[in-house]
Amino acid sequence: MRIALFATCIVDAMYPRTAQATVSILERLGHEVVFPAGQACCGQMHVNSGYLKEAVPVVANHVAAFDSADYDVAVAPSGSCVASVKHQHPMVARSCGDTALEARATAVGAKTYELSELLVDVLGVTDAAAQLGSYFPHRVTYHPSCHGMRLLRLGDRQARLLRSVAGIDLAELPEADQCCGFGGTFSMKNADVSSAMLADKTANIRSTGAALCTGGDASCLMHIGGGLSREGSAATTLHLAEILASTLEAPASVTGDVRVTTGKASR
Amino acid sequence: MSTFLGMPSLPVFGSGNLHAAESFPKAAHRELGNAQLRANLGHATHTIRDKRLQVVSELPDWEQLRDAGSAIKENVMARLPELLEQFEANFTARGGVIHWARDADEANAIVAGLIRDTGETEVVKVKSMATQEIGLNEYLEEQGIAAFETDLAELIVQLDHDKPSHILVPAIHKNRTQIRDIFLREMPDADPELTDSPAVLAMAARAHLRRKFLTAKVAVSGANFALADSGTLAVVESEGNGRMCLTLPETLITVMGVEKLLPGWRDLEVFMQLLPRSSTGERMNPYTSLWTGVTEGDGPRNVHLVLLDNGRSAALADEMGRSALHCIRCSACMNVCPVYERTGGHAYGSTYPGPIGAILSPLLTGIEAEENSSLPYASSLCGACYDACPVKINIPDILVHLRSKDVDSKRGTKKLPSQMDVGMKAASWALSSGKRLGLVEKGLPLGRLAAGPDKKISKLPGIAAGWTQSRDIPAPPPESFRSWWAREHGNPNDGVVPPQETATQGKEGQA
Repeated sequence: MRIALFATCIVDAMYPRTAQATVSILERLGHEVVFPAGQACCGQMHVNSGYLKEAVPVVANHVAAFDSADYDVAVAPSGSCVASVKHQHPMVARSCGDTALEARATAVGAKTYELSELLVDVLGVTDAAAQLGSYFPHRVTYHPSCHGMRLLRLGDRQARLLRSVAGIDLAELPEADQCCGFGGTFSMKNADVSSAMLADKTANIRSTGAALCTGGDASCLMHIGGGLSREGSAATTLHLAEILASTLEAPASVTGDVRVTTGKASR
Repeated sequence: MSTFLGMPSLPVFGSGNLHAAESFPKAAHRELGNAQLRANLGHATHTIRDKRLQVVSELPDWEQLRDAGSAIKENVMARLPELLEQFEANFTARGGVIHWARDADEANAIVAGLIRDTGETEVVKVKSMATQEIGLNEYLEEQGIAAFETDLAELIVQLDHDKPSHILVPAIHKNRTQIRDIFLREMPDADPELTDSPAVLAMAARAHLRRKFLTAKVAVSGANFALADSGTLAVVESEGNGRMCLTLPETLITVMGVEKLLPGWRDLEVFMQLLPRSSTGERMNPYTSLWTGVTEGDGPRNVHLVLLDNGRSAALADEMGRSALHCIRCSACMNVCPVYERTGGHAYGSTYPGPIGAILSPLLTGIEAEENSSLPYASSLCGACYDACPVKINIPDILVHLRSKDVDSKRGTKKLPSQMDVGMKAASWALSSGKRLGLVEKGLPLGRLAAGPDKKISKLPGIAAGWTQSRDIPAPPPESFRSWWAREHGNPNDGVVPPQETATQGKEGQA
């Protein structure tokens, strides 16, 4: 299968290891990965902050980058950005009266999957250890991000994948379904409430004794990781793609800059 | 010279207790500092949350019931003028009197006039959101009429000269020790040995209220539902105090928002399943009172209904926002909201707090009224409210819609654009082209430098200071994914189809 990677702006700029890990997983399964170079961002920051007009060119760019590329399905290591592509893009196009863009956005949205959704529903991954060689000998807890859980209805797909990683010690996170308080510009506009929500989330994470908290959205993980760092906690965050890509031979680093090698680079 | 006033120009926005007097972040900051409030609210919301989940999971057709509730309400909103007239005809035919009120002032004046006509100066009240919304108690007090709340929690709040902080559990912000202290201080007939046991407190309130029920000649209520096909009104409650007010006095005055209408009895069945489970987490509420006009020798002899608009027509005119009028005031959304759980209801200013309040208040008043434009931002858009709503109001989508209404209403009105305006414009430029984002990402090593040896950024200026008040930002990577990919794979794998194949797709395809 030819799979187009939508890296998402935050992963592209801040967490390239997550995108590299996604490439690695897909190549290990024997698929070809392409990266439509025109891509930038899904635009949900603009939409969710009320800047609909400013969101239009961002959405138009995403649609152009992905409907001109030749691929079977597109994937992003983020529930939130995929939810934006699927649900917000047609609405943004409608808001500016561009019916052609709306139709193209709907078509791109229909072909776009969140990583765990693609792995489980399309590529049939049920055992990460056996099918991907995933190995991660650490105590981990997992935060299911709101948009993956409530907008994409990912259910337990991410948790099932994590449980099937060899060596992992998956600790259940108390109040896992509660929002971490990120909410994009909410974290700045309502910084006090956001911080109060984050404090409860990090306390729950620390209560598990896990070395790190994983999840499917880099933005929530940056928020949670930023809170843990400020509290001086030893616990940190790591995207689930990096845990799935981690192997006995090339383990993912829990902290620091160690790069996960992709299938291509290791050959 | 005569002046032709003509039809009022639309929209007529709502007035009364629908406004945030200070911005939500400011009010939230103060409320967050109240540790007792946080503890009370955390305990109460989690208890109701769990109860609701349990009783909802018992019904195999819960999702279909939600769909039905949503569809019935959508139908009502589409046929509102016709249904209101049908209701008026039936209610009047059965001996009731209808009054139409455009806003809070009109409704208050009508109610005060009706009470004055009876010669009474005291009324008992059934718990009602509509009368809270219009500020009826305060208005009546100015007119020399004392209104006594008879719902236990409303009574607590009223005795404490406080405001409700939750639509179903108005005293959710108080625990039983605080309630005992209020009773001892404010209830002249309270036993000085009063303990804080819930049963003892309830008995004290019961004894206090019984005297009011037996002497009151006038009652004021709200209504949960109105059935157009028979002209029937319905009140759903737990304590039975409502039943007392609805049956004992001679005059009954009901104030109801026009959106409470249902076409008929068959529709009520759906809501009688949705409401108790969503609000108190009960399979069935203890008391459902239904009345149709006047019945000789049984109940009140003078039955009035004030039909209240107060911004509802304006909300109905908002295509994206109108489904907020489907709300049946169950409070499930606030019980699951992580923001409400931490700030409590007072932070929202309006009678309607929580997620539904964050959309309903600005829809009723207009987004530009006082500080109501700050309300749609009081959410992380986690979506828990939408999942819990028994009539499937897409609260997150309406929040986003109202945010864009706010941003648009301010475009061109400011002398200087805000930091957020400037940031969003710049981000729109950078994020609408892969090439431009790639250029910006060339600056990542600079951010890395700024982060220093501990590899984190802990203090940022301006609006970003909100982020760094409780979170660090990690040092950026030395290189973006985009740049790594180009190095590793070069151009062939960028997935772009050769130009001749995309000729029909426009020039964006070449980006």
